[in-house]
Amino acid sequence: MGRETPKQQQVSYTVEQLVAVNPYNPDILPDLENYVNEQVSSQTYSLDANLCLLRLYQFEPERMSPQIVARILVKALMAMPAPDFSLCLFLIPERVQMEEQFKTLIVLSHYLETGRFRQFWDEAAKSRHIVEAVPGFEQAIQTYAIRVLSLTYQKIPRPVLAEAINIEGLSLDKFLEHQAANSGWILEKGHGRGQLIVLPRNEFNHPELKKSAADTVPLEHITRIFPILG
Amino acid sequence: MAANYDYEEAPGTYDDANRQDLGYDPNFVPDSVKSFVVHLYRHIREKNVYEIHQMYEISFQTLSDRLFKDTPWPSVDAVAHYVDNDQVFCLLYREMWFRHLYARLSPTLKQRIDSWDNYCSLFQVVLHRVVNMQLPNQWLWDMVDEFVYQFQSFCQYRAKMKNKTEQEIALLRQFDQAWNVYGVLNYLQAFVEKSNIIQILEQEKEGGEQFTATDGYDYSGGSNVLKVLGYFSMVGLLRVHCLLGDYQTGLKCLLPIDISQQGVYTSVIGSHIATIYHYGFANLMMRRYVEAIREFNKILLYIYKTKQYHQKSPQYEQILKKNEQMYALLAICLSLCPQAKLVDETVNSQLREKYGEKMARMQRYDDEAFAIYDELFSYACPKFITPSAPSFEEPLVNYNQDAYRLQLKLFLYEVKQQQLLSGVRTFLKVYSTISLGKLANYMEVDESTLRSILFTYKHKTHAVDSDGKIISNADLDFYIDDDMIHVVESKPVKRYGDYFLRQIVKLEGVITDMDRIKLE
Repeated sequence: MGRETPKQQQVSYTVEQLVAVNPYNPDILPDLENYVNEQVSSQTYSLDANLCLLRLYQFEPERMSPQIVARILVKALMAMPAPDFSLCLFLIPERVQMEEQFKTLIVLSHYLETGRFRQFWDEAAKSRHIVEAVPGFEQAIQTYAIRVLSLTYQKIPRPVLAEAINIEGLSLDKFLEHQAANSGWILEKGHGRGQLIVLPRNEFNHPELKKSAADTVPLEHITRIFPILG
Repeated sequence: MAANYDYEEAPGTYDDANRQDLGYDPNFVPDSVKSFVVHLYRHIREKNVYEIHQMYEISFQTLSDRLFKDTPWPSVDAVAHYVDNDQVFCLLYREMWFRHLYARLSPTLKQRIDSWDNYCSLFQVVLHRVVNMQLPNQWLWDMVDEFVYQFQSFCQYRAKMKNKTEQEIALLRQFDQAWNVYGVLNYLQAFVEKSNIIQILEQEKEGGEQFTATDGYDYSGGSNVLKVLGYFSMVGLLRVHCLLGDYQTGLKCLLPIDISQQGVYTSVIGSHIATIYHYGFANLMMRRYVEAIREFNKILLYIYKTKQYHQKSPQYEQILKKNEQMYALLAICLSLCPQAKLVDETVNSQLREKYGEKMARMQRYDDEAFAIYDELFSYACPKFITPSAPSFEEPLVNYNQDAYRLQLKLFLYEVKQQQLLSGVRTFLKVYSTISLGKLANYMEVDESTLRSILFTYKHKTHAVDSDGKIISNADLDFYIDDDMIHVVESKPVKRYGDYFLRQIVKLEGVITDMDRIKLE
């Protein structure tokens, strides 16, 4: 493992360079495909490189590999809330999107975009072969779900949280303990025998925090007048 | 500026030989044309940029209107001996020749291929030889603009395989490199790289270079051609990427140009509009509605104030067309993301006049609403292309609409996902607190569905910007405490800091302009 890592780093550096310097070149297609597989196995991600590959597939459709495209889409899904998934779809021909595995991925994306977490996890369970092929998928979606919850809830009932991140029972207890210790979550008793989880304060679930930031001016804006002042 | 962006082009129903038989002699050179080329040639040699601009912009148009309303200009072979057979001038003349052809007539396949060859030769000269010319920015912009336009036009043409003659198919097979997407992109990229324009713009920020201050012109005896072509090629790349549906990369190509300021891109109205139109459109497709609204608002106000000065210009029609399209895009953005305070009063009243009724219907999110979204999008979107080579297998089909249909479909898909949000907004406007149960009742959905709707609202109104930060564009926001929804209306805060900054920059701009006048 130790000997392989430096070589891996060298390859990805070169691919990123290729994409920056010589992206409109059919010869780099195999490198980009390898890079996708590398992103999957090493749990890294590069939207630019993947868009570059999808473009090349657009220019030469006979060289398109559906398996690689599927992996790119799964990685894009994991990048939510960024709109990467739809950015990739814009470059994939309609008839390809009609294929079964892509229809499934589009449905999964739809569920996530519209906050239908229970339906998402149900559908993902039915399509294990697609999503299990990419390590880190589950955690990435759970991170996205928590992000949405953090924008929405100050205090969230346990069942709602459980449904959103697809963790229940003892695993959920452990998860909550971990979050309480590391991410500032607070566990409270709700009405009845339910549990309430207090999520960390941010300007989106605590709008009073937003007001104080309203009239500050970012430094980048002030730098615009430095030449004038100087 | 490039010709009409009509979606359906008139089919090229005649070829070279026929046309020449019908009363057009490519070798006849009227005296006025002889005089035109002789003078233009001299001005280019003497680097009289102002005169070149006058001849290019005005004389060429006047002669075209008077003598060549529906025929091409004399062939380059007929005029070459008046200009010492100068290779570069001939390439420039041919470039104008083809542009005129595309604008007034319908090019045949052979002519399309010849135009590609001419661009290749011209670009090779600029990229690989030391060129000692100064050309007006208008001309250099038109070159890039027309290059991309002819590429787009070729892709549309090529995708209509159904009624192609055997001769056309043979030509397509033979000249498969003409208007090849790799070629087009690589030329634009080559200009950007060879001109070093990105580094020049960066160094300019630190005071090390002069480019914007001189409008790209070289006052130290050199040539502006490569640098300015490199600059405009960044806009060209943005445009090509939009045509392909790759909005992220398109915006990346434009990044070195700071559109919050004046620049060489604003020195030519066509370039200014093309830049902001595509920038805005790309942001719209990436769901960055606030950014799109801001930029559309700025340019629409600018056009409103300045279009009277362009009434006589050959670009006037195009300016008006793009103006209308951007109003349509603004209407779409505001319907998906209500942000009343971002729109200037003048622009707003124009918008109400053109699309007030349609916007009200769009926000109802029923079937009629989708039809209007479809209509406006189809009217205002770029002419998307399929870049790959056609299949020559029987049966031959027309696939020129495929790219457009895909982008439209995905756009409407996004609109559909936001369908339930307007309903929620109506209720949030009325209540300051309401329990999930009650709201679910009013909206006639179960609590689980309501939660999904609220999550969707939060997700769609909190976009991730280019730096990865979350920006809320919600005019109406809320948070949930256990099972109670608390509504928060964001009150507009007077942004003194921003106001002062804007005024400081504006004043500096005025002083700089005044200084410039003194120098001239």
